[in-house]
Amino acid sequence: MSEEEKFDAIVIGAGPAGAACAYTLAREGKEVLVIERGDTPGSKNVTGGRLYTYALEMLGEGLFEEAALERKVTHEQIMMLGGERGITIDYHDPSFNRDGAPPMSYTVLRGPFDEWLAGKAEEMGAMVACGIRVDELIEKDGRIVGVIAGEDEMYADVVVAADGVNSLMAQKAGLIRDIDFHTVGVGVKEVIELPAKTIEERFNLLNPEEGAARMILGCTEGIHGGGFLYTNKESISLGCVFMPGEAAQHKKSIHEIFQDLKMHPAIYPLIAGGETVEYSGHLVGEAGFRGLPPKLYREGFLMVGDAAGFVINTGYSIRGIDLAILSGIAAARAVINAANPAETGPLYMKELEVIKLLPTMKAVDGYFDVLSTGWLYDKMPALANAVFGDLFTVDGKTPQKIAKGIIGQMKSHGISVWDLIKLGFKGVRL
Amino acid sequence: MKIEKAEAAQLLSLNKFIVDEEEPHIVIDKKICRECSDKPCLYVCPAVLYKLDKNGDISFDYAGCLECGTCRVMCQKKGIIKWEYPRGTFGISLRHG
Repeated sequence: MSEEEKFDAIVIGAGPAGAACAYTLAREGKEVLVIERGDTPGSKNVTGGRLYTYALEMLGEGLFEEAALERKVTHEQIMMLGGERGITIDYHDPSFNRDGAPPMSYTVLRGPFDEWLAGKAEEMGAMVACGIRVDELIEKDGRIVGVIAGEDEMYADVVVAADGVNSLMAQKAGLIRDIDFHTVGVGVKEVIELPAKTIEERFNLLNPEEGAARMILGCTEGIHGGGFLYTNKESISLGCVFMPGEAAQHKKSIHEIFQDLKMHPAIYPLIAGGETVEYSGHLVGEAGFRGLPPKLYREGFLMVGDAAGFVINTGYSIRGIDLAILSGIAAARAVINAANPAETGPLYMKELEVIKLLPTMKAVDGYFDVLSTGWLYDKMPALANAVFGDLFTVDGKTPQKIAKGIIGQMKSHGISVWDLIKLGFKGVRL
Repeated sequence: MKIEKAEAAQLLSLNKFIVDEEEPHIVIDKKICRECSDKPCLYVCPAVLYKLDKNGDISFDYAGCLECGTCRVMCQKKGIIKWEYPRGTFGISLRHG
């Protein structure tokens, strides 16, 4: 291909960021090529996970109704494990699935979802080429003008890096360095098939439409991280995320810690009788707003989705796919509205503000400080379980005063009142 | 596979892989790895593909790689001398994800 017959945009990666970008560009009549290294879109991608619906609505009204999604989340759960004990908080909110409004969020599996979304981009006129790995970027006079894949050179006004958390493209463009291991978590996950009815019974779900999302604390042997569980239509996504630096110090395989979680007496009954059908691993950005690269573009090149570091982790909710879609839309808008190529990057930054992606990430940046509190991952869930254990123990002995019991348990778990004050102080600044 | 505490190899056998026999996408230099005292790759690889052989050297099999990139991020002594994604169509092909 010659430089004359170039595309308006080449998008590297057919995940949600890339597909949303291509969809929006193609809808406006732009010539877009999406290059995906997997043999189908989604075949290299992993989520916990869930998708917050508003982002799909922003991409195209009503799109969610035909999207390849699993269950509407109406049960938000937090679980704390301590030894073999466990506490589950279940917040049930039917309004998350009211008639007449899009449900707040859906559980999702990336194989079917990404394939569907890339298909929508194709319907709009984008070209999606699977099974091709982009090897290099082509640079000319200081700007990115195209990509090299094997023997082929392809040119475009703009190259959009939607190649995920471990973005080799952003590195090749010189916009990020080697990933600092403090800024990512490593997630492992099993997809466990179970009959829909069994899932509904075990999670108190009214019908096959509704589902649960659960964050699990106290399952990482003290390593900064946590477990997750999402109910799909006929499977459960069970997984766990670890900060890899701490995991390496801990000197136990994360795979083994995760297997222990799977067999935990409070988790096993939820998946018993099921069948594991897939095992996956993936990195996830953990640094939030403060971890964003200093620059998300250069002339002829934009970074979107995980490649740009667009992930929010508040501990109780994890957001990535919605932000990926927003950033894809923002990048497309910038390409569409730029009067000349030099304008595209700065315009992209403006669009990220307009679409509220950067303001949202900035607003929740303080969670990083709260979540870096070491004792949240072992001592706190253990303490909570010990306190509950005391509350529910009736053995004929004279009961202790509750406050005294809690303070005693705090002492024996190594958490001081001062620790709580420090955490509270970080908390009130959120 | 039924629900049980499983070895990584058992779990990997559930996945669909198309192994690129001609071109490994990750290559390590055992001599460099020998000098690495921490060996984080032994603990952080979700697929447990980094192992110690009987000589105490790191052995690695790229065939079951989940392509997460954790080893690349954690390798401090640069014993991983090549880390790329597998060539197009090769590697893991997730059906659920």
